[in-house]
Amino acid sequence: MTAQVITISSGKGGVGKTTTVANLAVALAADGVKVVCLDGDIGLRNLDVVMGLENRIVYDIVDVIEGRCKLRQAMIRDKHLPELYLIPAAQTRDKNAVSPSDMQRICNELRPDFDFVLIDSPAGIERGFRNAIAPADRVLVVTNPEVSAVRDADRVIGILEAEEKRSTALIINRLNQALVKQHDMLSPEDVLDLLGIPLIGIVPEDESVIVSSNRGTPVAQDTKSRAGLAFRNIAKRIKGEEIPFLDMEKQAGLWDRLQKMTGRRS
Amino acid sequence: MSWFGPKRSAESAKERLQLVLIHDRTDLTPAELNSMKDEILEVISRHVDIDSDAVQIAVEHDGRQQRLVADIPLRSLTRHRAG
Repeated sequence: MTAQVITISSGKGGVGKTTTVANLAVALAADGVKVVCLDGDIGLRNLDVVMGLENRIVYDIVDVIEGRCKLRQAMIRDKHLPELYLIPAAQTRDKNAVSPSDMQRICNELRPDFDFVLIDSPAGIERGFRNAIAPADRVLVVTNPEVSAVRDADRVIGILEAEEKRSTALIINRLNQALVKQHDMLSPEDVLDLLGIPLIGIVPEDESVIVSSNRGTPVAQDTKSRAGLAFRNIAKRIKGEEIPFLDMEKQAGLWDRLQKMTGRRS
Repeated sequence: MSWFGPKRSAESAKERLQLVLIHDRTDLTPAELNSMKDEILEVISRHVDIDSDAVQIAVEHDGRQQRLVADIPLRSLTRHRAG
């Protein structure tokens, strides 16, 4: 086994990075692959609460880096999925406690035992972000169909290009189809046209996401949730399966155009 | 769309973002772009007669590639004489 390291980033805060990491991890692990999540947001950890694992933390990533524990001891196993682990961020330290080479070393140690390492990047484009992208084989950029989120996503994509990170793909989160229909929200095509990178998924705005975070059970486990289905589909695409995009409004031609933009068809 | 009343907000968002992203990506402010245009036109008009009213110079984007596209009509000698 050699894990693929995937970093989830966005530039802007609050667009749904942590929710995306938790849901992709749950969806992948439910499909039987071995996944470990790494919370890269030192000082502002949240992946633990979104995954419902906050009461199990003994050691964190900084304890591993500073040699107070072995990597295995900082890995928390999920309550429901035996193939899913979390390595929490430190809450009382800052991002300077970790360096890009620390992240690379930890990921190299994880690679032989897992299929995927998912890294939750902090917001911003400074040290914490640089740490999170350093070991990445692939970066998924999360954005919302909204001016500030798209602008910040473009900055992040620009930095990834400059760092020669290949295989960057876009997740459009919190799409409100009713607003798109009345031309009061950027459509997925608008966002793809502006950002110019391939799409890997569109997640509809869905109240069940908040309900699930309240409970600490990511929405990907909820078979009735549309957002949950969207995350499960992204997980399948990450594994290389060809899954059609959610045809939310059954708009003629939209799906074809999206497929073209992702390069799945020429 | 203007005959349907005010522009819908998604359209404004896209147009504004297109301009902002060009400047973010190229680190070129609108003022710098304008003075660059003036300089380009000055150099060209030293050699040929150009129709300065019809000149179009703009940064366009194609995927993640930015390009400076200039459309500079030249005045033909005959037209020049006639005018």
